[in-house]
Amino acid sequence: MPEVTLVDAINLALARALTDHPDVVVFGEDVGVNGGVFRATAGLQQRFGAQRVFDAPLSEALIGGLCVGMAAQGLKPVGEIQFMGFLYPCIDQLVNHASRLRNRTQGRLSCPMVLRTPHGAGIRAPEHHSEATEAMLAHIPGLRVVVPSAPERAYGLLLAAIRDPDPVVFLEPTRIYRAVKGDVEDTGEGLPLDIAFVIREGHDVTLISWGAMVKDTLEAADEVAAEGIDAEVIDLATLKPYDEQTILDSIAKTGRCVIVHEAARTGGFGAEIAALIAERGLLSLLAPVIRVTGYDTVIPLPRLERQYMPSVARIVAAVRKTCKFS
Amino acid sequence: MEENQKELPVIARFEVRRRAYLAPDGTILRDLPDFATDQNLVVAMYRGMALARAFDLKAVSLQRTGRLGTYATSLGQEAVAVGIASAMRPEDVLLPSYRDNAALLWRGVTMDDILLFWGGDERGSRWSGPVDDFPFCIPVGSQAPHAAGVAYAFKYRKQARAAVCILGDGATSKGDVWEAMNFAGVCRLPVLFLVNNNQWAISVPLRLQTASQTLAQKAIAAGFPGEQVDGNDVIAVRAAADEAIASARAGEGPRLIEAVTYRLGDHTTADDASRYRSTEEVQQRWKEEPIARLRNYLVSRMNWSKADEEKITTECEQKVTAAIEHYLATSPRLPETMFDHLYARLPSAYAGQRREIEDLNA
Repeated sequence: MPEVTLVDAINLALARALTDHPDVVVFGEDVGVNGGVFRATAGLQQRFGAQRVFDAPLSEALIGGLCVGMAAQGLKPVGEIQFMGFLYPCIDQLVNHASRLRNRTQGRLSCPMVLRTPHGAGIRAPEHHSEATEAMLAHIPGLRVVVPSAPERAYGLLLAAIRDPDPVVFLEPTRIYRAVKGDVEDTGEGLPLDIAFVIREGHDVTLISWGAMVKDTLEAADEVAAEGIDAEVIDLATLKPYDEQTILDSIAKTGRCVIVHEAARTGGFGAEIAALIAERGLLSLLAPVIRVTGYDTVIPLPRLERQYMPSVARIVAAVRKTCKFS
Repeated sequence: MEENQKELPVIARFEVRRRAYLAPDGTILRDLPDFATDQNLVVAMYRGMALARAFDLKAVSLQRTGRLGTYATSLGQEAVAVGIASAMRPEDVLLPSYRDNAALLWRGVTMDDILLFWGGDERGSRWSGPVDDFPFCIPVGSQAPHAAGVAYAFKYRKQARAAVCILGDGATSKGDVWEAMNFAGVCRLPVLFLVNNNQWAISVPLRLQTASQTLAQKAIAAGFPGEQVDGNDVIAVRAAADEAIASARAGEGPRLIEAVTYRLGDHTTADDASRYRSTEEVQQRWKEEPIARLRNYLVSRMNWSKADEEKITTECEQKVTAAIEHYLATSPRLPETMFDHLYARLPSAYAGQRREIEDLNA
């Protein structure tokens, strides 16, 4: 089985979708001739033509709105926003239109679109290139929000997102675009969009994360294993709608939970998970839930971004703390 | 102009033309397009405008008596919507703003559906008429990128169809409208941007929206033709729309039409326009309104009688009354159905919330 990077897996999934479905179109700033600033769409315009894979003008609200208009006509648009920090002009389209076209027409029109955008910090990028504002998106009824954490799941999740009959925002963890490799067979098989993945089984504590932080969370799990702590790691993968049952089942088993995300803490998606556990898993808990997150500051410019983001050491410390609690 | 600038070569020149056929009193200003002598069509256009006005009047009284939500009338602007809608084919796609009832009615959306929407029920936008048409767009101008997307789909599938996006003058101040026009120009998309310039964006007059001499010229920067028409002259709106839609279908790219009209009513039933504009101004504008203008034309050129007019008035009133009865008899929606069209299939994560609301109302 070929070992590929996460960005290669994205490219493979896009190529597969373009091959399988004549209605799929892929566009965004620099996605055509240049193949995307991260090379996610490399070679696609050459293979599938400039009608299906094209450069959009520098207009993020347009990119979102084009998706809505195309999707209402039965195309399967896959738009790209170059960095998450440039997504905000497009939020109007996501909140007011994409997420509710089906509802406001009671099913007469629908919006089967995908909006891809890089997510997160850690690549020493300029200001506004390191955003992780997934919680904002996960608050929008009618959307799906997906964040893969490994090539093998990125491929299947993106294919499923493109095939889904509703709008999906697909956040691609920039820091691990090339930092992780995995076995990806180009089978054309999608993965379910409503399940979380237990990627390491354990009995002592549940670690929940998504996107690039899954890698650090797994490293933390390895580190505490040497101390005899048997950590279970859940890759949430789909934030909206998220898989409550897998979380609750794991908490029932371990009684302890650490949630890890790089976004700011207040109102972050970790708060939603902690609230779920408080509402429906409280009696299983042996220790308070701990969140290891970015701080409630503006994400700093690159010189301090590593201090902002949860490190393996911070995760390990939180795991030790919750496991000592009695 | 600075003296030294005069020596620089001119590299581009632009002009904007204005189209009008009927003067406010119905007299003819220039050679009419062929369709204007087709009495059946002209009467149908008159009927479309009269129906919209009768509908507006009743809708406002429904709102005032608590049987309809906030409502936006198109009083005085009926020629814009009827002119454009009558130029469209069923397979074209309309992307209306919230003031375009008359266009929807022309395209076959029922009055009871429109009332249901303004009465606060999403089922009103699940109409069985033009199934690809978009519902009313409330966030101003945000449907312009959708029109570009719809038009891209037509072009992609090599379909001879046009997308028609109706915007207000206020919408031309929005970035997303420009983004859509710009892209439509780049890709030569089959789309018509129709700007209903009714002079007022709620309380803000046009002179505070733009320093542009016309709104039509906004198309020029996007690389396609823009034209101004007398928006109270339904013949002019229709003629310009015919040309623009034919151009779109022929693959010749987008157009913009600025239809200059006047909002004779309040912005909506929640507004009181006397706070920001004078009665004299409005009274002056009543002299230019489109329905009387077309009636004058029918009377002077087509031997229309008072009886012909009264027949249409009665017919419209009866239709509106019947629609209102039907609307008021609509069965209420069950509360849990608010989940039914959230996704194609309700994710299991939200099934519990649906049950919760069901149990509360059991």
